[in-house]
Amino acid sequence: MTQPNRLDDGGVLIDRSHKIKFFFDGKPYNGHPGDTLASALLANGVKLVNRSYKYHRPRGIVSSGPEEPNALVNLGSDATHEPNIRMTQIELHDGLDATSQNRFPNLDADIGVLNAAASRLYPAGFYYKTFIHPRHAWKYLFEPVIRRIAGLGKAPTHPDNSQYEHTYAFCDVLIAGGGVAGLVAAKAASEAGARVILAEQTERLGGRLLVDDDAEIDGKPARVWLEETIAALEAMDNVTIRLRTCCSAAYDHNYCLLYERSGDRGEAAQVRHRLWRVRTARVIAATGMIERPIAFHYNDVPGVMLASAVRDYVKLWGVSPGEKTVVYTTNDDGYRTALALHEAGRTVRAILDSRKDPSGPLVEKARAAGLEIRPNTGIGKAKAKRNKLEQIETVNFDKPEAPGKTMYCDCVAMSNGWSPVIHLYSHSGGKALWDEDAVMYRPDPANPPRGKDAEAMVFVAGSANGELTTDAVVAQAAEIASEALSQLGMKTSAVAPSVTAVTETTTVPVWCTPSPGKAGLGGKHFLDYQNDVTVADVALAAREGYESVEHAKRYTTLGMATDQGKLSNINGHAILGKTLGKTMAEVGTTTFRPPFTPISFGSIAGRETGNLFKPVRQTAMHDWHAAHGADWEPVGDWRRPYRYQRGDEDRDTSIHRECLRVRNSVGILDASTLGKIIVKGPDAPKFLDMMYTNMMSSLKPGKCRYGLMNNENGFLMDDGVVVRLDEETFLCHTTSGGADRIHAWFEEWLQTEWFDFKVYVANVTEQYSQIAVAGPKGLELLGSLDSDIDFAAVPFMGMAEGTVEGCPVRAFRISFTGELSYEFAVPVSFGLALWEKLHAKAEALGGGVYGTEAQHILRAEKGFVVIGDETDGTVTAHDVGMSWAVSKKKEDFIGKRAMERSDLTRPDRKQLVGLLTEDPNEVLPDGAHGVENGKAIGHVTSTYFSPTLKRSIAMALINGGRARFGEVIQISTAKKKTIRAVICDPVFYDKKGERQDV
Amino acid sequence: MSELDLSLARPILEGVSDTGANGLKLFVQLLRGMVTLRADLSSPSVAAAVKDVTGSDMPDVRKATENVLWMSTDELLLLMPYGEGGAVAAKLGEALAGEHHLAVDVSDARSLFKLEGGAAREVLAKGAPVDLARDKFAVGDLRRTRISHIAAAFWQSGAEPDVFEIICFRSYANYLWEWLEESSREGSMPGIL
Amino acid sequence: MLLIDCPCCGVSGEETEFAAGGEAHIVRAGPGSSDADFASYLFDRKNPRGVHFERWRHAFGCGKWFHMVRSTQTLEVFGVYKADVTSPPQDILDRVEAARAEGRVK
Repeated sequence: MTQPNRLDDGGVLIDRSHKIKFFFDGKPYNGHPGDTLASALLANGVKLVNRSYKYHRPRGIVSSGPEEPNALVNLGSDATHEPNIRMTQIELHDGLDATSQNRFPNLDADIGVLNAAASRLYPAGFYYKTFIHPRHAWKYLFEPVIRRIAGLGKAPTHPDNSQYEHTYAFCDVLIAGGGVAGLVAAKAASEAGARVILAEQTERLGGRLLVDDDAEIDGKPARVWLEETIAALEAMDNVTIRLRTCCSAAYDHNYCLLYERSGDRGEAAQVRHRLWRVRTARVIAATGMIERPIAFHYNDVPGVMLASAVRDYVKLWGVSPGEKTVVYTTNDDGYRTALALHEAGRTVRAILDSRKDPSGPLVEKARAAGLEIRPNTGIGKAKAKRNKLEQIETVNFDKPEAPGKTMYCDCVAMSNGWSPVIHLYSHSGGKALWDEDAVMYRPDPANPPRGKDAEAMVFVAGSANGELTTDAVVAQAAEIASEALSQLGMKTSAVAPSVTAVTETTTVPVWCTPSPGKAGLGGKHFLDYQNDVTVADVALAAREGYESVEHAKRYTTLGMATDQGKLSNINGHAILGKTLGKTMAEVGTTTFRPPFTPISFGSIAGRETGNLFKPVRQTAMHDWHAAHGADWEPVGDWRRPYRYQRGDEDRDTSIHRECLRVRNSVGILDASTLGKIIVKGPDAPKFLDMMYTNMMSSLKPGKCRYGLMNNENGFLMDDGVVVRLDEETFLCHTTSGGADRIHAWFEEWLQTEWFDFKVYVANVTEQYSQIAVAGPKGLELLGSLDSDIDFAAVPFMGMAEGTVEGCPVRAFRISFTGELSYEFAVPVSFGLALWEKLHAKAEALGGGVYGTEAQHILRAEKGFVVIGDETDGTVTAHDVGMSWAVSKKKEDFIGKRAMERSDLTRPDRKQLVGLLTEDPNEVLPDGAHGVENGKAIGHVTSTYFSPTLKRSIAMALINGGRARFGEVIQISTAKKKTIRAVICDPVFYDKKGERQDV
Repeated sequence: MSELDLSLARPILEGVSDTGANGLKLFVQLLRGMVTLRADLSSPSVAAAVKDVTGSDMPDVRKATENVLWMSTDELLLLMPYGEGGAVAAKLGEALAGEHHLAVDVSDARSLFKLEGGAAREVLAKGAPVDLARDKFAVGDLRRTRISHIAAAFWQSGAEPDVFEIICFRSYANYLWEWLEESSREGSMPGIL
Repeated sequence: MLLIDCPCCGVSGEETEFAAGGEAHIVRAGPGSSDADFASYLFDRKNPRGVHFERWRHAFGCGKWFHMVRSTQTLEVFGVYKADVTSPPQDILDRVEAARAEGRVK
């Protein structure tokens, strides 16, 4: 396997002594360590690497960096598969396996190319214009078909087996970019004593200095200065240099994201990608520039490349993308590419220069080398043969209608000047200014992104600030670094290096090259390769009234592909301006949004997958429940046993057994998740009177009282039993989901409204396991315990403290099942021991455990409400028939004023009632609506089959329901059926409450 | 008559994990007595009561002594052997009678982890938004923050610079344990701290 | 993501450690208040493009509520102060005025 386009010499990055075997579309190729996938494929003469998104046109590699619009591949397979990776950023490694995208059945013969034949039917805004009618066709016809055709890479089908990491990091100065400007800034910052992180997206430091080494720095060849500077920085303790790490974003208050691709090189990496969350005092963006392409007729055929990229391939990787190259430039820098190719022994067919009278040292050097220079000339047309460039036709800018000269070539190197990479300046609101002389957007120094003290957060250094020559880059980088440092109160001892560089004249850009011949602008002049947006599309959008740059972008999709228009935006805006007769400054630019280049989903997820995706809270008895067949019910972050399954019995069998065990013998329930909050202080009674609707100050020590809590809107937000432990101390129980919320709610009122109250609060939810023992045989069970508590002497709503089976407990005689019931609070460490004891005793009496679903049925049989089932944030205590718990004596409590509003006192509000279906075996669907005269009159809030009553029961909120007991209403179900049910009292069982208060 | 049997008390998880990375070791500390004290921390009688039950001076803001953690402007967490929390809370109650305060035994509410080794800082930095550079977070420093999704606090109480004690609410102990183990994997450190 | 200084424990922490609590210095209207005053207490909230007085809680830290004055437009922070006051301190108001005079905020 030879590499036909590999040059005999050169390539500072590659190690020619080793060969690497890799695969593209299943075919094996050779490359060298140091190659990118792009350089290796070009070395092997592979020109066609992709098909375009819309027209399926053949496409090749255009660039050598992150701006690459065309050369996207699927990388890896199965558990390592990753789509849409830019070949120009993939480091070659042994066994690398890449496949091309967006083609069927293969790259050379792709049937989607039929789209191109029909391209006249796809103008700008095609989708908006076409798929509007009929409306439902979008969902069933258009979208499925378009989805199959559209899209870039393949979505992964296997779980990703790679490791991803996050880390927080902090520094004084974050430098984005390890080119000459970044290195000068890093040197300055490190010598000022700043904590520095330098992030470089490639695997190398030096940036363009590795390619364009025609300058002298500090009297030394650029390469020597570079090596010395890197060595000096690496020796500094306060400098962290991260290669393969892109500064993706600079957010508010200088929160920056670094995306590190540390494990993308084939070996079994411990960490594939790492996302750094960096908080830095200042950012220095030394992010360089991106070269602009030139629009001409079929400027997208494989072989048409950026001039700087062609030069990169020659100098960095020893690859000449073509045998014969035509250079098409609008500036001096393009000549460097011609010279590089010439020096590498390849043919430069001609240098076409749009300028009338090119001059300067680089031009002279090319002339002296005998290269043909054609001023005032561009490429009017490119022509492909077998999916690659075969020839171009020149055009004279003064006489575009005249036929041009045909030149056979397999590579075009185009240069239309440069655009500074000002993304990081722009992400958090920094503004850009159009510089008419330099023909580029530069950061506006008067409008930087500002931090929390209104300080400028991001400083732009070197060519990212628009500096074109090495001397200007170095001088500006040193100056801006010292400005950033002085803002931090730091002073650098570093002296700016002196530089001798080649002088250059500025670009005279060509936004669209006229085609030779009559048509003038015929054919497709591509602006955005990835989204197939042409000059004609943008011009059409402007004519159709999409004059704002933001509208034109969305209408044409210019710059909306994964490359975010790194090559296309400026050219597109220029076309928009030309069509509208506006200047670039008047057109304005679209907003740069993070990330700079796409980052992997894996890096966003980090370690937080699987069990770590979301925390699960476990009680002390969690493993016991699991070992005894528990199904889990999520309650907040908790998992509670919903029921305990025996063998392969069905759901209802277990639940009904658990219900009947409580009604007939004795059951135990893990109620540990209930919130428990200690409220203490001389003002605690007064405070709780404000927080609850009922009176708590009158509660006697040692007694329990059920309480309701409102929000200020007068609606129920939580409930639970309050225990007065002593004069100053209360223990407030909350719902399981409400513990943290109610604790925070108490603190909020105490800290922000009644900060004069002497009350301290502590959330002790996690201190206690709570176990309910309920059922007619409860006392018998308790009597058999080794305990110093006389349970029979504890009255209903009373409490006792003591020791049970060696465990320290508080016992509350409260009931949420309607049966005789005690709840034990025991320190969590003793929870399992006490649970196991109680379980053994319960089983001995023919009882056992019950889960949350049985608990829900038991309480529904008694008509007890559950916050969140019977309430939904619009329900008052009166609505659920609990006016008895709303104090009339208290002058004030949270929600009292609201409950006086007319809407909350209407007699026809929804009220809690019971519902009994006419067919006792029919269970109403949860949430089903009561319907009368075609109108909804309320809804079902809880619905069960009651094993105790051997029939279905339901609770519902029905308009004016309490006055309608005995009436039959229709309940509408999702299946368009109605079920008849009788409105009744919501207490279905033991209406007098005799069972709980024996 | 039933006697209190401390041997029945069990931590929610037990174990030591030697993750191998940079000599990292992760322990779940067995049960530890803890008392939350909320009071006016500037009051001399509060300082005296704390000194009396712990032997320790009042810690400064966001500092930890060997057995007293500064949790908030009016809150401390006192550490003692398991089983003594109730008695300590009662003793504080007596000493501060007549002074507004809250002392409550919370010995079972939290799980305590110990992470030691050169990479301990980097493990924590993976999930806590805290500057853990050696000169920014040193012996005696304490920070309440979040680790990954959950509330936690960590401090350096001993003389060793790379030993961290970490607490979280007990129901989250399994989550934090697994998170710490995963984050301690060999070869996964960024290598910056 | 905001960087927030807690005036209670002195931490300078990232926004994820904190919980936003809406507009500051709302006066509670209880029983006896007029319908208009009560409705305003419940529902009227400022949503300025510019300087905003807000409540925050150091939820993952010391647990304390406090106030922060910031520009919703530029995210400039003019100061933080404790919760147990009913109006902002003068030095923060002065800073806001200075920023207005310099045209940084409305």
